[in-house]
Amino acid sequence: MEVPILKQGAVLIATFQAALSDADLNQLRMGLVQQVVKFRSRAVIVDVTAMDVMDSFASRTLREIAHMIRLRGAETVIVGIQPEVAFAMVQLGLTLEDVTTALDLEEGLAYLNEKFKNTH
Amino acid sequence: MAKRNEMVKETVGSNNQVTELPHSEAPSELLRELVSHLRQNRTQLREEWVGSISQTRLLTAMTKEEIFAEATSVYDSYVEALETETFEALQAYARNLSERIIPRGVETHEVVGIVLLLRDVLARSLFAKYQTDFKKLNRILDAYEPAANRIANTVAVGFVQERERVIRQQQEAIRELSTPVLQVRERLLILPIIGVIDPQRARQLTEQLLRGIRTNRAKVIVIDITGVAAMDVTVANHLVQTVEASRLLGATVIVTGLSPEIAQTLVTIGVDLGKMNTVGDLQGGIEQAERLLGYKVERLAEPR
Repeated sequence: MEVPILKQGAVLIATFQAALSDADLNQLRMGLVQQVVKFRSRAVIVDVTAMDVMDSFASRTLREIAHMIRLRGAETVIVGIQPEVAFAMVQLGLTLEDVTTALDLEEGLAYLNEKFKNTH
Repeated sequence: MAKRNEMVKETVGSNNQVTELPHSEAPSELLRELVSHLRQNRTQLREEWVGSISQTRLLTAMTKEEIFAEATSVYDSYVEALETETFEALQAYARNLSERIIPRGVETHEVVGIVLLLRDVLARSLFAKYQTDFKKLNRILDAYEPAANRIANTVAVGFVQERERVIRQQQEAIRELSTPVLQVRERLLILPIIGVIDPQRARQLTEQLLRGIRTNRAKVIVIDITGVAAMDVTVANHLVQTVEASRLLGATVIVTGLSPEIAQTLVTIGVDLGKMNTVGDLQGGIEQAERLLGYKVERLAEPR
């Protein structure tokens, strides 16, 4: 399943679909980093609004994506985690610590704007 | 009891007719006789009953007039149940009565007590009436006792069920009362918690909070637990998880008003204090929240 990746200036926006297989996640991990390199993006927003479950593999993949993108000097923001998913993750100990999160796409973009404004 | 059944069987078997025997009425006959006795002596027996109620100091929450009025209804329902041998009407009456007297503070032992007193008053009057005919008294009691026990049971169960319904309703009301999510500034929510947090309340709290973050697009939440004396380890862990889940929704949680006991609990369970943002009191918490949100509060004039 292809995950749509949109470019908005220096930011890439990847929108996760509801049911992503492990293979899809692996593909996405490489794909996103390649896109960051290709477009010299400064940040990636991963929108998981459509995900109604988050298992440990998906959670680990998100962290790895964030780490890999940081190694390219870019920032990752995960947005759109649903309330039920958030609590389930926390109960399983999948806290996504040291990864930036925001409520939704709008908040994610606002955060990045603020950040880029200050670090110019 | 066995002797009587034997006699009836014999009669039916011998010539396929149930002939009227002088000393062996059918149970329904006996019940009818019993019921008419109770109806005829209604006034006197009711008075006796009300007298014994005040003697045993039951229903102290009610006035004499109220007790008399309810006693009349109970007596009539009692006799009617004996007569019809159906208990639905009695059950409905018991629930209705309970609904009225529970708010007055009448307790279970009082309701069970007065029904048993009535049972005894009526039984005594039967002893008095049939004291010359011991065999008949036995038969009458055979008819009376199971019905009287069923009545006592029905009334008691009706009362207890109504009590349980009221308790459930009150618990629901308390639960709803106690976890409001209040927006005090744009993007700032306050959750003032008062009372005991059990695991169920904690779950409800979390649900409401996470939903509130989404609905109000909150970035900072102040959870004030000044009104919570203590929490067990399960609830404390739950609180930490709530804070972490809120972060996943892009919001920061500030916990204020931790009592010394709760502070001890958190330290004991080894809470990572780096994850918990805490401030002494609500005022401090709101001030920090405002700073986080980029507000600056300045007094422009003295209070009028």
